Amino acid sequence: MAGVAVSTTINGDAVEYLCQPDETLLEVLRDRLGLTGAKEGCGTGDCGACSVIVDGRLVCSCLVLGAEAEGRKVETIEGMAHGDQLHPLQQKFLEHAALQCGICTPGFLIAAKDLLEKNPSPTEEEIRFGLAGNLCRCTGYDKIVRAVQDAANVMKGA
Amino acid sequence: MNFDPRFSGRQFASVGTRPIRPDGVDKVTGRARYGADFNMAGQLVGRVLRSPHAHAVIKKIDTSKAEKLAGVKAVITAKDLPDLTDGDAAMYDILDNCMARKKALYDGHAVAAVAAIDARIAREALKLIEVEYEVLPHVTDVDEAAHHHAPLINDQIFTEGLEEKPAKPSNVTKRTQFGHGDVHAGFAKADFIVERSFKTEQTHQGYIEPHACVASVNPDGTADLWVCTQGHFVYRQHCAQLLGLEASKLRVTSSEIGGGFGGKTHVWAEPVALALSRKAGRPVKLVMTRDEVFRASGPTSATSIDVKIGASKDGTITAAEATLRYSCGPYAGSWAEIGAMTAFACYKLENVKTVGYEVLVNRPKTAAYRAPSAPMAAFAVESAVDELAHELGMDAVDFRIKNAAQEGTRASYGPVYGPIGIGPTLEAVKHHPHMKAPLKANQGRGMACGFWFNFGGQTCTDLNIGMDGSVSLAVGTVDVGGSRASLSLVAAEELGIDYSHVKAIVADTSSLGYNDMTDGSRGTFSSSMATISAARNAIKILKDRAAQMWDIPVDDVVWEKGHAIAKGEKYGNLSPLSLKDIAAKSGTTGGPIAGHSELVADGAGVSFATHICDIEVDPETGATRVIRYTVVQDAGKAVHPTYVEGQYQGGAAQGIGWALNEEYIYGKDGRLQNAGFLDYRIPVCSDLPMIDTQILEIPNPNHPYGVRGVGETSIVPPLAAIANAVSNAVGVRMTHIPMSPPRILAALDAEREG
Repeated sequence: MAGVAVSTTINGDAVEYLCQPDETLLEVLRDRLGLTGAKEGCGTGDCGACSVIVDGRLVCSCLVLGAEAEGRKVETIEGMAHGDQLHPLQQKFLEHAALQCGICTPGFLIAAKDLLEKNPSPTEEEIRFGLAGNLCRCTGYDKIVRAVQDAANVMKGA
Repeated sequence: MNFDPRFSGRQFASVGTRPIRPDGVDKVTGRARYGADFNMAGQLVGRVLRSPHAHAVIKKIDTSKAEKLAGVKAVITAKDLPDLTDGDAAMYDILDNCMARKKALYDGHAVAAVAAIDARIAREALKLIEVEYEVLPHVTDVDEAAHHHAPLINDQIFTEGLEEKPAKPSNVTKRTQFGHGDVHAGFAKADFIVERSFKTEQTHQGYIEPHACVASVNPDGTADLWVCTQGHFVYRQHCAQLLGLEASKLRVTSSEIGGGFGGKTHVWAEPVALALSRKAGRPVKLVMTRDEVFRASGPTSATSIDVKIGASKDGTITAAEATLRYSCGPYAGSWAEIGAMTAFACYKLENVKTVGYEVLVNRPKTAAYRAPSAPMAAFAVESAVDELAHELGMDAVDFRIKNAAQEGTRASYGPVYGPIGIGPTLEAVKHHPHMKAPLKANQGRGMACGFWFNFGGQTCTDLNIGMDGSVSLAVGTVDVGGSRASLSLVAAEELGIDYSHVKAIVADTSSLGYNDMTDGSRGTFSSSMATISAARNAIKILKDRAAQMWDIPVDDVVWEKGHAIAKGEKYGNLSPLSLKDIAAKSGTTGGPIAGHSELVADGAGVSFATHICDIEVDPETGATRVIRYTVVQDAGKAVHPTYVEGQYQGGAAQGIGWALNEEYIYGKDGRLQNAGFLDYRIPVCSDLPMIDTQILEIPNPNHPYGVRGVGETSIVPPLAAIANAVSNAVGVRMTHIPMSPPRILAALDAEREG
C-alpha cells in the first residue's frame, strides 16, 4: 500500500499529502485535509455537490484522483471568500435564500463562479444550462438562478 | 402552563420580514457540518453488506474470514442486534429492516456489517462474508402483490379491517374505509359519471445528502450519536430501544441535514453503527453510498387507484368514490389509509367513500415523502375532476369552485373544517394572469388542487437571555429549510427586540425535552408556538425583575415593544427599562433570565394549494417540458415569506420530477435497475422554468400568529396539474405516472389509431 506523494496548491496554499493511487480528490480533500466543504452526494459525477476548480476547469472531485492534483491549482469552497469578505455569489445566495438545506450550495457556488468567470453576462438559459450539472432537491432552482443573475450584475458593476 | 394559543390578530414588526438566516454564512462557506462531516478520535469506517435478492431465506452467514482480515475490528449480523422490541410490531419491523433476521425482503436489505480501520479494508471485508441464501419467488408490482396467487411476503399477516378474519394470509395487510352518505344513491342522481383507473410509480425523496452518522458506544453504557435526521429525539428512542440503552444515556446530536423530505424520519444505519461501535469498542462512522440510498432507504409507495365521480348537470358532484392500493415495501404501513383520507379532502361532498388497501411488495420499506400518499390520490382524483368538468362543459376552475369545501364542511375523512383556503386559492387562480396567457401549438395548460393535514405534536423550547440582552433560542425541531430564521423572527416579535439579537440553534437530545420530528409541516408551526410560549414566560420574569429594580408591584408593570413600562401616573418619572437594561442587572435581581416551554401543539391548520402549469409536448419524441408554473397556497401566516416561497417552489419541482421522469425500475429478477442519479433523473436547472408563487394568508385560529404548516402541500397538485395540461395540449388522458416520453408516445399512438 505505497502512497503517492503529491505536491499541489489548494486555495493558494502549497499543500503536500500522501494518498493511495485509487483515492479520489474528494476523499483527499475531505478525509485527509479536513476540507469538508465539498460534499459527496453520489460519488459518480451526477450531482455536482463535490465541484471544485482544477487549473481553471470545473470538475467533480469524486471523478478526479487525488494523485492527479500534482502540480495543479485547486480551488474549493473554503477559498471562495477573501478573509471576512464573502464573494458576491455567496452574499447573493444568502440574500435570495438560494439555499434551503445547503448541502448542494458549495457545489453550486463553485459552478456558478466558474460560469461567471467564463461568461460574465449569462442569460437565464445560459445560467440554467451552466448549472445543470448540479442537483438541488430543495429549491426548484428559481432562487439559485436569481441569485446568480444578481451576483453577475454586481460583479459587472464592481 | 397557561398558554393561550388562539390567534390574536396582532400587528407584526418582525414576522413577515425577510432577514438572512442565522446558519447562512456557514452554509455558503462550506463550514456547516452535515452527517458525514464529523469525525471522532479512533473512528472506524462502517460498511453494510446487502442482499442481492428480492426475496430469500438467509440460511447461513459465515463471517469468520472477514473477522480475520487485518484492520477489521467488528463484524455484525442480526445476532448482534437481539430482539428487544417486546411485542412492539412496528419496532420489530424497524429492527428487521435495519438488519435482516430470517429473510432478505428486498434487493438491498442489510444482512451484515463491518467496521474497519479504513474504507478500503471495510469493502474488502464485505467480500469475505459468505451468505447462503435460499432464493424465494418475489413480487414487486402493487397490483400483482395484491392478487391471491402472489408470492407471500409474510405468512403471519392476515388482512385487517375485513368483516371476517380471512382464513389465509395475504400481502394485503389492511383495509381502511372513509366517507359518509350513500354513494350508490349519489351516483343514481348523477347526469355524468367519470370512472378511471390510475397508476403511479415509486419515487425517492432524492435528498442530495446520503444517510450518515457517527456512533460511539462507551463501555459504561453511555453513547453518542451524530446523525443527519429529521428527528433526533425519535432516533434516540428507537436506537435506545433497539440497542437496550437508557434513552438519557444516549445523546443524539442532529447534524445539519442535507434534505430529508420524510426520508430521514426512520432509523436505518444508526442502530447498525451503534452495534458496530459497541462490538468494536471504538467510534464508527457509517455513510451510505447513493446506490444504497436508492436500494435501501425510504421510497414512496407505488400505487394503483380507481376513481369514480358523478355530477348533476348543474355541476354539483353527487357522489365520489375511490379504491386505493399503495405499496408499503415488505412491512405493514398505513400509506393507503392516508391516501384514502386525503383523496377528496378538497371538496364538499354529500356522498363519498374511499377504501384503502396496504400492499406488501419486495421493495424497500416505504417512508414518508412530503405530504406522504396525497400526491398519488390527488393525481387520480384531480384528473377525474378535470375530465368530469370537460364532460359537463364547465370550466375546470369554476367546477372546482362550485364544489370546493368551505368552513363548516364535513371533510371526507371525518372532521368539520374551520376557516380553510381551498376556495380562496381557486379564486386567486381564476383571476391569475397566468390563466389568460396565450399558448402555442402542442402547448397546454392544466391546474389542480391539493390538500395536506399538517401536524403539530410534542414540542419543547428554551429561550435564554444573556446579560448583554441577546437571546439564545434552543429548539428541538430539526431545521430542514430555514426554520432557525423563522423561529428567531418569532422570538424577536414576541419579545419586541430586533431579529439580529436572537440566535436560534437546534439543541441535542440531552439539552432539551422530547420533540417530535420535523415532519407533517410542523417545524415552524409547533416550534413557533413553543417559542411564543417560552418568550411569554421570559417576559413574566423580565417584568418581575423590572418591578424589583423599580421597587414597585409587578402588577403595575407591562411589557411593550421590548420594554418594561411602569403603568400608572404615579410612575410618571420612571423611564421604560429595555430588555437589555433588565438583563444587565439580572445577576443582582435573581440570576439568569430564561423562558421555557413544553407543549403539544394542537390545532395545526389544514393546508390547501392550487397550481397552474403550462407544458409543451414534443409529438415526435413524447418529451414534455414545463414552460410556466404557478403555485397558490395558503400559509396561514408567512413568518419568513422567502422561505415559504422556497417551500412552494421546491415541492412543485419535486412534483414535476415525479410527474415526468422519476420512477423506480425493477427487473424481472426483482433488482433495482436505476439506483443512481444518472438513471433516476431528478429535475435539473435546465429542465425547469421560474416557479411563480402567490402566498395567501388565511389565519389558523389555533396559532397566536395564525401560522399553518407550509412544507408539504406544494407537492400534492403537480402530478395532476401536469397530467391535465398534457390532456389539454394533445388530447390524451394520461393515467400512468411518470408521463415519461415512451408513455406519452404510446398514448399519442393509441389516440391516432383511435
